[in-house]
Amino acid sequence: MMGNIDWTEIGQATLDTLAMLGGSMVLTVLLGLPLGVILFLTGRGQMLENRLANGLLSLLVNILRSVPFVILLIVMIPLTVALVGTSLGVAGAIPPLVAGAAPFFARLVETALREVDRGVIEASFAMGARRRQVVLWALLPEAMPGVIAAATVTAIALVSYTAMAGVVGAGGLGDLAIRFGYQRFQTDVMVVTVVLLLVLVQVLQMVGDRVVRRVSHR
Amino acid sequence: MIAFEAVSKTYAPGARPALDGVSLTVAAGEVFGVIGASGAGKSTLIRLINGLETPTSGRVVVDGDDVTALGVEGLRALRRRVGMIFQHFNLLSGRTVAQNVAFPLKLAGRPAAEVKARTAELLARVGLSDHAAKYPAQLSGGQKQRVGIARALATGPKVLLCDEATSALDPETTEQILELVSNLNRELGLTIVLITHEMDVVRRVCDRVAVLEDGCVVESGSVEDVFLHPASETARRFVREADGEPAAGVGLEGRLVRLTFRGEATYRPVLGEVARATGVDYSILGGRIHRLRETPYGQLTLALTGGDVEAAIARFQAGGVRVDPITPGEGA
Repeated sequence: MMGNIDWTEIGQATLDTLAMLGGSMVLTVLLGLPLGVILFLTGRGQMLENRLANGLLSLLVNILRSVPFVILLIVMIPLTVALVGTSLGVAGAIPPLVAGAAPFFARLVETALREVDRGVIEASFAMGARRRQVVLWALLPEAMPGVIAAATVTAIALVSYTAMAGVVGAGGLGDLAIRFGYQRFQTDVMVVTVVLLLVLVQVLQMVGDRVVRRVSHR
Repeated sequence: MIAFEAVSKTYAPGARPALDGVSLTVAAGEVFGVIGASGAGKSTLIRLINGLETPTSGRVVVDGDDVTALGVEGLRALRRRVGMIFQHFNLLSGRTVAQNVAFPLKLAGRPAAEVKARTAELLARVGLSDHAAKYPAQLSGGQKQRVGIARALATGPKVLLCDEATSALDPETTEQILELVSNLNRELGLTIVLITHEMDVVRRVCDRVAVLEDGCVVESGSVEDVFLHPASETARRFVREADGEPAAGVGLEGRLVRLTFRGEATYRPVLGEVARATGVDYSILGGRIHRLRETPYGQLTLALTGGDVEAAIARFQAGGVRVDPITPGEGA
């Protein structure tokens, strides 16, 4: 039944998936959060309204989001090599993962910020807040439950992206599933990797939900 | 303390102006009401005072500063001298009551010890010391507005702006909040500008009132004058809303007059005295007896018949009662 399973290999693949996920998630938040904030602030009727900047950023986000991830992986290979020196392994997977997830996360952040009551922003200005204080002390904290929920959704999307990254030699559970489970008809390997990915997604969702409840006081 | 000089505000080029040539002054220490229907320009007017909106033309001068000429830092300094409370409270949902009250002080970069002491003092003033660690979602509407008031007072302002501050509250809570606002006016000498669509709010707390319609001030003056003798149709409508429709008196015999009693005259048995002395009979068609802040007043619509009507009117006037002739169907 479980004859094909090499647990060391599965352990290594799991660690690779976690490394890809962790590394790309950190960078996705670091890039996507400011991008989402800028998208929001330069939007119509907002405090830094700027149609040109908003239009250009929006176009960039839409382009990255409309390219299927498998294609993005391949198209980005030259850029990936230039950035991290290789297009293989965990390091080689991270640039395309971030390029795929950061625009997605940025859009979700923008939506979360739009949900913030405009009255709270107005009240902050009325109390003598600077713009930067309004953004950092009122807007972002008020949007925090939405931002955390967005991060959860993004992390889960990244799990499926990491599986796809296996196609171009990134390693990890997805790679294992394709090479052994699919190409060598080792169904047991397929089942184990899928179960591990499922557990990973469950854990991410549970942790995300818990943190949202923690920071939400509505 | 606050002066509007021919202020106009148009949001989009070519659109109908939200405010059209408004001039008014608010004296230091008074409670000034602005009443108007929704869309009359009240929200715009109050936001011009702390620079949340800028006028298209005209000047707004607050506490000696031309609001339109202030730079970013000048505006921030002004906003620390002008507190504001809102219809929907606009509290930060992720911060506790104490943190909300402390927020303006933190924005101003005050030292932590001062913030802490001041916050405790403010919470005590609005009666929320026991709720300091709660989040706004755990409070009732009236409590939320108290937090809003404490927050607005944090930086020790001279002016308090109330943007429909009681419109989302039930009548009992409205009463409590208005009383708190009145006390702040008396105890701290705070100048208060409030906008509302309820004449009742104006009657309870305001010294003077301006009636706004389609961006123009159609009437202004002391609350007593505007309330008892509204000159504009808009003001009359608001007074009717507050007091209910008086009997119209159509088809009745005799002279229709409206008597207005103020202060002590309200409680004297004037009607009987005059009727006995002049032989005039009266039918009461409508009336109200109430208070404007601390002043009692009464207003009666009468039909006078028989006897010497002119002499009766002269006697009323001699007794400190204002007499206005009315034509049937005009209403009070």
